[in-house]
Amino acid sequence: MVSRSAAIVEAKNVDYYYPGEGETVWPALSGINLTVAQGEYVALIGPNGSGKTTLLKLFNALLTPFGGEILVQGISTANEETLPAVRQACGMIFQNPDNQLVATTVEEDIAFGLENLALPPAEIRRRVEDVACLLGLRKLLRQPPHLLSGGEKQKVAIAGVLAMEPRCILMDEPTAMLDPAGRQDVIDTVRDLNKRQGIAVVHVTHFPEEAAWADRIVVLNEGQLIVQGSPEDVLTDLSLLHELKLQGPAAVELAALLREDGYRLPPQILHNRELVDSICSLERKN
Amino acid sequence: MSRSIILGQYLPGESLIHRLNPRLKILTLVLILILLFTLETYSALAAFLAFALLLFALAKVPFRYLLRGLRPVLFIALFALVIYFFFTSGGIVLVRIGFITVESEGVIEGLFIVTRLAALVLFSLLVTLTTTPLSLTHGMGYFLKPLRYVGLPAEEVAMIMSVSLRFIPTLMEESQRLMRAQLARGADFETGSIFRKARSLVPLIVPLFVSAFRRADELALAMEARCYRIGAKRTRMHEDVILPRDWAVLAFVIMLLFVTYTFGF
Repeated sequence: MVSRSAAIVEAKNVDYYYPGEGETVWPALSGINLTVAQGEYVALIGPNGSGKTTLLKLFNALLTPFGGEILVQGISTANEETLPAVRQACGMIFQNPDNQLVATTVEEDIAFGLENLALPPAEIRRRVEDVACLLGLRKLLRQPPHLLSGGEKQKVAIAGVLAMEPRCILMDEPTAMLDPAGRQDVIDTVRDLNKRQGIAVVHVTHFPEEAAWADRIVVLNEGQLIVQGSPEDVLTDLSLLHELKLQGPAAVELAALLREDGYRLPPQILHNRELVDSICSLERKN
Repeated sequence: MSRSIILGQYLPGESLIHRLNPRLKILTLVLILILLFTLETYSALAAFLAFALLLFALAKVPFRYLLRGLRPVLFIALFALVIYFFFTSGGIVLVRIGFITVESEGVIEGLFIVTRLAALVLFSLLVTLTTTPLSLTHGMGYFLKPLRYVGLPAEEVAMIMSVSLRFIPTLMEESQRLMRAQLARGADFETGSIFRKARSLVPLIVPLFVSAFRRADELALAMEARCYRIGAKRTRMHEDVILPRDWAVLAFVIMLLFVTYTFGF
């Protein structure tokens, strides 16, 4: 069932447009070809309205493409009968932490997806317990969601998806409504899951620093896949990013300004640490 | 408004009454309520009132919760008393003010009705105080199940109720935030006639509704993304098992009903 490159998600020449828009400026997505491999961390960036969220919803079968097809572990998302299998393999985390928690307690919420899969109660309790241990949510299990912080709510949402034992987690700006501490916590959690459990991640984000940790960057604009590549290649291409009204990571932007002022910095600085190290080695040379 | 929002009237506890199966609690409550309506004598009513108080003690519910629970029916009770005192004739005349008389029959019946009302409220209160809203919802969902055969989507109704419970605190927080935002712009919710006050709530209610619909939309999407499908078979994390002690309690109550009914005091 799993195809040659062990792809989790494959988009083949996918078109999508929102119906009823009349004289639309552009289709939401056109001719998208994208493969997410097992255990890969893909960051999806692009300006507002570029189709990032639409693409995620297509991966999760919340939408089905008008042209082309999407395969999740080799299963087409267009098939009504296999929807649960697709959504189990590809869990989704939404932007607003408040509007994706369903149940009145944390444990019931983590269990929600499992209950929908009609698993036996003992198995549900075991998995909820395991996932809560893994994400450090055990103390919160009996709490109602409205007493949690934004970061905790997002972690509960991640736990709910994780309990379904997915192969891939789709995240639609999961940190946009969080404070810096919550943001860090959520990102650390997801990176850890990606590293240790080999769960693939597709992460839509407006924060270039978050994208910088991905294995691969995919840039969308006006519904088209503009460019994809390693963070070192894509996120350091400031002329491209600025043209799309996007920003590079702080270290990249800063390094560019320093280069303008005549400092000789290596070309592929991405993270703050690398920038600091390069600046320090400059001084030592002088 | 208080910072922490208490959902329903649930008072956490570990008593036997707290731990009884919610379905059985609802069933028992219904049986007792029906019985209360058939009681005809003061002594029987007094016995049941004492029984209710005993259960409250067993559930370790503080006395003030009892009083607080009875407060909402105070007005109805007074109203009933007035009606019975002045409009029921029979027995000896106790008070005569002009053409209005209060006769003994009216006083006896009025007090009986009010005591019965108090007993009804107390038994219902006991259940809502000792059962979480979620358990109550699931319990009621269970009794709605047979209605599936006449086209009522019982499972979905239970889901709607539990999602509502989940969002009550969220929407209350939001309404407070909106209220503060409007106050900051000079809105006035406090002064003026009732009509004026009601009108001043419009700029509060409209955005609240808009946001509730937006939330509902997003939540539906999130539920769907987690494999929720209307009409599909679901299981529950916490099984609703009926233990021997639950059966024992039900048997006891049925026996009580039987005894009361046959001997009638």
